[in-house]
Amino acid sequence: MSTSSIDFCMPSAMLPLAAVNWQSAFFMLFAVLACACAVAVVLADNVVRMAFYLVLSLGATAGLFFLAGAEFVGAMQLMIYVGGTLVLLVFGVMLTAQAPFVAIKPSSGDKVLAGMVGAALLAVLLQAAFRVEAWRRPAAAAAAATTAPSATPLGMALLGIRVDDPSAGSTGVRSGYLLPFEIVSIHLLVVLVGAAYLARAKRRRTPRAIDVAASAVAAAERGVGASAHVSGGRP
Amino acid sequence: MMQMLCGGCAGLPVAWVAPFAAGFLSAPVGVAHYLVVGAILFTAGVVCMVVKRNALGVLMGIELVLNGANVNFVAFSSPGLRGEGAGALGLDGQAIALFVILLAAAEAAVALAITLNFYNNHATVDVDRADELKG
Repeated sequence: MSTSSIDFCMPSAMLPLAAVNWQSAFFMLFAVLACACAVAVVLADNVVRMAFYLVLSLGATAGLFFLAGAEFVGAMQLMIYVGGTLVLLVFGVMLTAQAPFVAIKPSSGDKVLAGMVGAALLAVLLQAAFRVEAWRRPAAAAAAATTAPSATPLGMALLGIRVDDPSAGSTGVRSGYLLPFEIVSIHLLVVLVGAAYLARAKRRRTPRAIDVAASAVAAAERGVGASAHVSGGRP
Repeated sequence: MMQMLCGGCAGLPVAWVAPFAAGFLSAPVGVAHYLVVGAILFTAGVVCMVVKRNALGVLMGIELVLNGANVNFVAFSSPGLRGEGAGALGLDGQAIALFVILLAAAEAAVALAITLNFYNNHATVDVDRADELKG
């Protein structure tokens, strides 16, 4: 143990690598990335950069989920949030990113007031986070008993069967999540149909600017073709 | 052993960083660490919702708030992180986090549709211009 750690220590001459708790190290990496990018979302004025920082923040949060042992939730975070919701947001940014709306700056008075309110809220939340003594250290017994990652308990619980807690079904207090799963799926279907209905392309009475431009381009092409025909026929 | 190794590196220029970094990196992570990350994400989202005038910026603030809540749920559901008897969410936390992710996707779809409708009708995405219902 000591020789290996010295072998690690001497060539790198930095940290003793054997003493590094890699879960803590990766937690620090992902936590700093998530928090810094979340603050950057607030501070950035350009909406395209805000979307990019949000992608980084949500991806780092997925890394935190993997570290906490929630592999399925982390994978869903990457697939649904980063792969779906953020792509939707980026499409919204692209559809509305005309030059005056890319960077709408709030007034400085609003910024100062929001900063003070945010600092007060953060102070309250941090004090609540550090108040309970048992939350500061990991559970000693459970930390050693790490099992292989598996999505089976969560998947069975979504089907209404609790394999992680067999006594739960008998009391009926903490059974599975079959009914919420169905409600959420119907909810998602209805919401997506409604969103497609809301965002559909409507027939307009007044011609849109893009249609006016397209018709102008077509008229110009017709004029060019006619003049070319005339000039070609003259000699 | 960590003390000895750091003492052995005392002559190096980085030696004054090493004890701090080693203590920082070797300390085990508890639920409180995750709560701090969740609190920062939540606060950033609330400030983003309040400050931004672009409707899409407000949407991004909502995503940050939901994500901060998700971090807390997952942290309390993790069997390796929570202390004995303090916040035993178990599998409930992961299931709630999944539902939050799904509902956030639905919410983003509807909010984007409303934003695009507003942009089509008013030719702007500034939420300060959406004052037609003001009494």
